[in-house]
Amino acid sequence: MNSQPNFWFRYASPQAFYGLAGRLWPGFAVIATLLGAWGLWLGLFVAPVDFQQGQAYRIIFVHVPASWMSMVIYLAMAFWALLGLTFNTRLSGMMSRALAPTGALFAFLSLWTGALWGKPMWGAWWVWDARLTSELILFFLYLGFIGLTSAIEEPRRSDKAGALLALVGAINVPIIYFSVRWWNTLHQGASVSVTQGSSMAQTMLSAMLLMALSFWMYAIAVALYRVRTLILERERHTHWVTELLSAKETAA
Amino acid sequence: MNPYMALLRRDLALALRRKNEVLTAMFFFVVVASLFPVGIGPEMGTLRLIAPGILWVGALLASMLALGRLFAADHQDGTLEQMVLSRASLTGLVAVKILAHWLLTGLPLVLLAPVLALQFDLSRDAIAVLMASLLLGTPLLSLIGSVGAALTLGVRGADVLLSLLVLPLYIPALVFGAGAVQAHTAGLGASAHLSILLAMLLVAALFTPWACAVALRIALE
Amino acid sequence: MLSVSDLSCSRGDRQLFSGVHLTLKSGCCVHIEGDNGVGKTSLLRIVSGLSPAASGQVEWEGVPIQTSEAFRAARMYLGHQLALKEDLTALENLHFEAAIAGRPLSDANALAALVQLGLKGRAHLPVRVLSQGQKRRAALARLLASRAALWILDEPLVALDLSAQTQVCALLQSHLATGGMALVTSHQPLQLGSAQYASYRLQA
Repeated sequence: MNSQPNFWFRYASPQAFYGLAGRLWPGFAVIATLLGAWGLWLGLFVAPVDFQQGQAYRIIFVHVPASWMSMVIYLAMAFWALLGLTFNTRLSGMMSRALAPTGALFAFLSLWTGALWGKPMWGAWWVWDARLTSELILFFLYLGFIGLTSAIEEPRRSDKAGALLALVGAINVPIIYFSVRWWNTLHQGASVSVTQGSSMAQTMLSAMLLMALSFWMYAIAVALYRVRTLILERERHTHWVTELLSAKETAA
Repeated sequence: MNPYMALLRRDLALALRRKNEVLTAMFFFVVVASLFPVGIGPEMGTLRLIAPGILWVGALLASMLALGRLFAADHQDGTLEQMVLSRASLTGLVAVKILAHWLLTGLPLVLLAPVLALQFDLSRDAIAVLMASLLLGTPLLSLIGSVGAALTLGVRGADVLLSLLVLPLYIPALVFGAGAVQAHTAGLGASAHLSILLAMLLVAALFTPWACAVALRIALE
Repeated sequence: MLSVSDLSCSRGDRQLFSGVHLTLKSGCCVHIEGDNGVGKTSLLRIVSGLSPAASGQVEWEGVPIQTSEAFRAARMYLGHQLALKEDLTALENLHFEAAIAGRPLSDANALAALVQLGLKGRAHLPVRVLSQGQKRRAALARLLASRAALWILDEPLVALDLSAQTQVCALLQSHLATGGMALVTSHQPLQLGSAQYASYRLQA
């Protein structure tokens, strides 16, 4: 029983986590690549051509997983934010900051692929669909987080302010989504639907899930890699970092 | 005199001695509402249709413009620090500051709205719904915005950053606020929209002063 | 009694100071000395409760200051910023400060405090027309009306002429004599007569 709390708190120290992350991220990267290749193969070559949309619909195999991941990552950021504000750990703030750019990337990817999909479907590069609009707002939430944490120089204040912002954003996301849906249905706006009335073929679903998992593994791999850089940056005045860097220099 | 009344009186007295803050928000509202018809064209049918949106966006932007000055002055001269250190509840003091801020920058927008609405030929009861939606919506905007203002205190590029932070959070208020007037004009009745606005306002009034106080303590570390 | 144990502070990724131990008892004044940039202001801000310490504890009567209600009543912090609204008069500022602190302050007492600090005839002017030294006197007037036991003063003598400096030191002395305590940073020496006075040199 005694060893359990020690395990978690051991990895709460940046130095220990640096080592752990270093061992883990290559594994996640490999899994991400494998799942991604499999998912893309299924999506691009195996899944049947859609009756109404033709080949162009295949972009959903990137669009939908990217949307899912942008939301999952925001929740992960909010989780780390809550942890950081409660336990006052340095690592939580670094994890949030490591996740944010990837989340923003997925949100942007979702918007861009949404536009690429929308053009052949609707003839317009952008439609004010409830999901796309919510995705745009989520993208702004990410930019806000990145902007705020970059603008505050003092690291502890930056972490705490970012954490509060992430939590406020997370609480507001359902409200924002609900109000955007209300706005959209009230005005009989366009709706970019994945299935277009027909039920989704099994392969399509599998492909999307595989891509989602692949993106998830990618996000974890990148976040772990990025947090290692953040740890080195933040802890650069400590003994273990100076030793590590001088060892690398002599090795190089 | 209790600390909260003293703060309210102080903020109102300060604003009266330096009127330009109140006037800036109002002026911006007038400018935005007057520029749109020039940009879009004088066709009354179109203008009547888009009026709720324009007026609401104008009020929202004016409110956002005024947000930067909610805590900045007190932060610069050190009075904010003293408020954090005082025995009075910081949440209470923050709530009073937001109230004063709304009285000075939000309420004038509500009172100005009917005048501007005439430019768009809105009917009398549509104007009434507009005022009701702004009366519920502008305090909501002040409350939500206050957290952003507290987080960006003293930060470089605070104004632009504040807009970025606060805009996503303003969307629900805008949707239901402008939507109320549009629903009324469409004959659907605005009560649903206004009720939701009221609910959001009550929830915000309960939680945002506390969140704002937390943000202020972080900003003053 | 204020006790500071093993306090360390970091700004950004630089550590400013560490291992600071201090005890302040009734009637004592500790003068924090140190070079520019060593962290004197940071130390005062940590002791007053505004900033968190990187490590270590500050306790008031044995209770950590973060949870001590008694500490909130007992502290009075005067930092580099004067905490005066420029558009209000010195008198209005004093009244507001008293209201925020939950202290009743009569008009007569407020005026008397300002007069004692050499602002006779200036009390009804907006603070922005006062000179730098007069502004500081107006800010220091709150010390007279205060009932706080612990005064935390960051460079209180800046911009003051010699007579004002003597006055402030006299104020400090009488505060200590009535059982108060003070933590002060100042580049100028403090003339505190027979009061219990210790110096603490803050080093990196």
